[in-house]
Amino acid sequence: MSEDLLLHMKDIVIDGFSDEQWHPIIKGVSLELKRGEVLGLIGESGAGKSTLGLAAMAFGRPGIRLTSGEIWFDGKDLMKISEAERQALRGSRIAYVAQSAAAAFNPAHRLLDQTIEASLAHGVRSAAEAAEDAKSLYAAMDLPDPKNIGFRYPHQVSGGQLQRAMTAMAMSARPDLIIFDEPTTALDVTTQVNVLAAMREAVDRFNTAAIYITHDLAVVAQMADRIKVLRYGEEVEEAETQEMLSNPKEAYTKSLWAVRSIQKPAETSDDYVLEIKNVTAAYGTVPVLHDVSISVPRGKTVAVVGESGSGKSTTARVVTGLLPPKEGAVLFNGTPLPPELKGRSKDQLQRIQMIYQMADTAMNPRHTVREIIGRPVEFYLGLKGRAVDARVSELLHLIELDDSFLDRYPGELSGGQKQRICIARALAAEPEVIICDEVTSALDQVVQEGILKLLMKLQKELGITYIFITHDIATVQAISDEIVVMWMGKVVEQGMKDEIMQPPYPEYTELLLSSVPTMDPGWLKGAVAARKELSIAEQTGEA
Amino acid sequence: MHPILTTVLQRLALGVLTLFFVSVIIFSSIEFLPGDFTEAVLGQTATEETVAAFRRELGLDQPAYVRYFDWIGALAQGDLGTSFSGRASSGIDRSRPVIDLVGPRLENTLFLATMTAIIAVPLALTLGILAALYRGSIFDRGVNAVTLTTIAMPEFLVAYILILFLASLNPIFPSLANINADTPFWERVYKCALPAMTLTLVIVAHMMRMTRAAIINLLASPYIEMARLKGLSPRNVILTHALPNAWAPIANVVAFNLAYLVVGVVVVEVVFVYPGVGQLMVDAVTTRDIPVVQACALIFAATYIVLNLLADIISIVTNPRLLHPR
Amino acid sequence: MTDAPETYSAKDEVGQVRARRSRRERVWIELRKAPLTAWFGMIVIAFYVFVAVFADVLAPYGEADSSFGAYMPWGDGHVFGTDQIGRDIFSRMIYGARNTMGIAFATTCLAFLIGGGFALMAAISRGWVDQVISRFVDVLMAIPSLIFALMLLSIFGSSIPALIMIIALLDSTRVFRLTRAVAMNVVVMEYVEAAKLRGEGLGWIMRREILPNIMPPLVAEFGLRFSFVFLTIAALSFLGVGIQPPTADWGSMVRDNASLIQFAQYDFKAGLTPLLPAAAIALLTIAVNFVVDWFLMKTSGLKE
Repeated sequence: MSEDLLLHMKDIVIDGFSDEQWHPIIKGVSLELKRGEVLGLIGESGAGKSTLGLAAMAFGRPGIRLTSGEIWFDGKDLMKISEAERQALRGSRIAYVAQSAAAAFNPAHRLLDQTIEASLAHGVRSAAEAAEDAKSLYAAMDLPDPKNIGFRYPHQVSGGQLQRAMTAMAMSARPDLIIFDEPTTALDVTTQVNVLAAMREAVDRFNTAAIYITHDLAVVAQMADRIKVLRYGEEVEEAETQEMLSNPKEAYTKSLWAVRSIQKPAETSDDYVLEIKNVTAAYGTVPVLHDVSISVPRGKTVAVVGESGSGKSTTARVVTGLLPPKEGAVLFNGTPLPPELKGRSKDQLQRIQMIYQMADTAMNPRHTVREIIGRPVEFYLGLKGRAVDARVSELLHLIELDDSFLDRYPGELSGGQKQRICIARALAAEPEVIICDEVTSALDQVVQEGILKLLMKLQKELGITYIFITHDIATVQAISDEIVVMWMGKVVEQGMKDEIMQPPYPEYTELLLSSVPTMDPGWLKGAVAARKELSIAEQTGEA
Repeated sequence: MHPILTTVLQRLALGVLTLFFVSVIIFSSIEFLPGDFTEAVLGQTATEETVAAFRRELGLDQPAYVRYFDWIGALAQGDLGTSFSGRASSGIDRSRPVIDLVGPRLENTLFLATMTAIIAVPLALTLGILAALYRGSIFDRGVNAVTLTTIAMPEFLVAYILILFLASLNPIFPSLANINADTPFWERVYKCALPAMTLTLVIVAHMMRMTRAAIINLLASPYIEMARLKGLSPRNVILTHALPNAWAPIANVVAFNLAYLVVGVVVVEVVFVYPGVGQLMVDAVTTRDIPVVQACALIFAATYIVLNLLADIISIVTNPRLLHPR
Repeated sequence: MTDAPETYSAKDEVGQVRARRSRRERVWIELRKAPLTAWFGMIVIAFYVFVAVFADVLAPYGEADSSFGAYMPWGDGHVFGTDQIGRDIFSRMIYGARNTMGIAFATTCLAFLIGGGFALMAAISRGWVDQVISRFVDVLMAIPSLIFALMLLSIFGSSIPALIMIIALLDSTRVFRLTRAVAMNVVVMEYVEAAKLRGEGLGWIMRREILPNIMPPLVAEFGLRFSFVFLTIAALSFLGVGIQPPTADWGSMVRDNASLIQFAQYDFKAGLTPLLPAAAIALLTIAVNFVVDWFLMKTSGLKE
């Protein structure tokens, strides 16, 4: 074993318990990490990356068992030593940064007490020293008011700040290794940049080795020296970051880039099928939308992009009639739609359909595919019996599935198939406009690409108009004709894709676009420097 | 104002409001009595004057809301009305004030309930926490099986089994808990042994299972996993990380079960012929002595409401989000 | 656009397809996998139902036939002896199964009708309708139900219809709470929103979208409610304010024969007599609990 090898996991096999049986989750993966090196673990949901990450601490969640393999950490096999010895390593030599900081901090204790807890428990330093050190760590993590923020309780600081405090907490005992488990996944993109930068900086400064777990290739490109790709609990490939980005070998790895590779020339038209005119809306007394106007050209795709709380989903609710606006109107083919759902005619309802983010909850788990797609056929088109079946079968082929799916329940479909069924259900109504609310956000990359291509194909064949709500700039790039940028309930700008994506930008658009990580490993430094000049960055609350 | 204070006050106000509505419901029950109930109380041969006098006494000649405020006003001064029993058709009235009937019995019931709570609460919490910590162990499974069976048993079955083995076959404890005001303290305890044991068995089963569930739920929190990943000792994880967040669920479990105790006490008092409010109420129901029934119902309901109120207030004041507002 | 692997196809994506089987086959497969406790529970329940249905055939003597000597010992023509006024205890146990279970079943059904109906109404209309019903139920639930039942019985008297009505009303508050909670969870689902957006009527949404999804917890609740109602009725009868003589009922049988327990040291079997109906109550409750436990585990597991 070489001198500077810190962690060496050999042929790790991990089982998980479900359906009253043990199933393999990790099927013999090996991993090496040198001191001070950052390894990116990337893969899609169910790839087993978190399980593998925790195994580096010889820790298994309930219902998980480390079946076989060796975990050599600094000369000791963690599988062989006693639990007490493992306990002595956790928190002192190996630390963990969890995905949701809000849940991982104990609500009953101050940040500072939790930050220095591991240092005290392992006798790394005295309470007073640890507290002083924590303050300097807070400062290093770029937290506001580092001297006093530690006296706050977790619920008193924002999500991005908590995530940084958690990195400080992991650093407190100066571990040799930190496991970062999707630490920025729950954050908005404009918040993510600073957190990433702070974490990268901390790891560099103390020369800490790290395993960085994520599903986002662009993020891992910023953080890792080396990247390992996992799929279904097995290693796909591993390479230096530069090498992996420029020259991935396996087809699966290439497919992770898939969405970014879709290109569509933007087109527009003056024939507006839907116009949102000066809409102001509120939930109760809480205002959500302020004077929003959006025009949707027929047969084109308008992407509405913004972060959480920008009002993009609320806009969809106004269009569908679920939330009647306080002021303003929605025009459909030039005539105003009744604001309330109840006031709309069957014909008006039929013309505007909706597809949801979570296909799981968008389909009744107790209905078969036949019932799910058949209902709108029956309901809107008045078909009966055989005719319904024929139409359903036709729709299934349209979405690239076949009749074998007719009697399946949603629980028997994969994520991508579910979303396709939802698309078929929307198509069944023969609509003019389909509102797609984050329809690809919950899906894996390859599946996302398939869905986006399908949507584009359907648009070409059937001339359907899409209002595409998303927070993902890559998706916007891929499919939109026009883009609407929303921020804090207002429209920042609307225009052709090429116009919006080119400078000059309004300040928020610039902030948003500059926050989206790219595959360039040098991007992070530039982005952090660039946003220092943007006054608007202060307003996102995380600076 | 501090948000804790506001929240507590809101909760208190809600409690008072609930009490008010409950008192209205209990009061208005008398409205549903059939019209001839005066004769049932006074006897078939009651003269018209007697009936009229009785109706006047009940205030039936006045509108309901006036009577409600009279009733609740008297209640506030400790006057629970006059019992229906002891009246004769001849007009002779030997009826007693309800407060005299209820007062001493309330003491007895409180004695029994307190005695049970002192044994049951610590026992159930300890067992529940142990079962949660060692879940899946033989201990956990054993306790689970026993409590599941106990829960399914009606209180009187538990009581009679205890009587059979601890009083009838082996005369260790008395099977009748006939105490009075002059019974010395330790004799009371001795005579209450079986009733208290019965109640304890029933309550502990419920409380232990709920405690176990609450603790397991708590231990599944991500911050507990984080504490483990910091390499803290299991003891430390429980004491510093689980316990401060456990007060609210535990308070709820305790309050819920003490409230349950209030109900269980009725059956147990009847089994052991224990002179408590429960037995008084059952007797009053049989003789349809409505003022006594109302008084007892009000006492039970108020206890129930106050216990739940206390649990809520404990949850509120131990909630860090309210303790340390933004 | 060409970077994606050529092999990708939506059809071939892995879904968890279950083999197509008829309903009966699936039930049978589940039953075979059922744990011992569930089987025990089901057999006990089946036995009780059998006894209740064929009570007339099975009982050696009439329900209120008091033509025998009082307190006769076990055996000798009377398996469990006779009670204080000379009725055959074994026969009364059998009739008691019919009476107690029948009344409890009727009460539970009524409680579900009232509680479930109002709950669905509240969950779907929300707003002030929900507020009014929910607050009203809160107040009703602030009074312990046994106490409330005692109070109402003192007013309306202890007839069987009154008993059924009162307990059904009180228990419907619990049914309401649960049904409303599960229905609320379903109502906020996007498939319900999708149905609303499609323009479906209230009836269709309730019947097709909501009901099928709240059935499993409701079925489980029905079992638990039944055993709870059963225990309440037994307790009330035991207290002497429930089912009235001469109707045979397990709760009042315990009460009637309670004094026998004092003679246990002289005649152990006689001492057991009051425990028999009490044990019958406990056994059924345990059986129902076992079955419900298993059912809950199955249905919540299926969701994954």
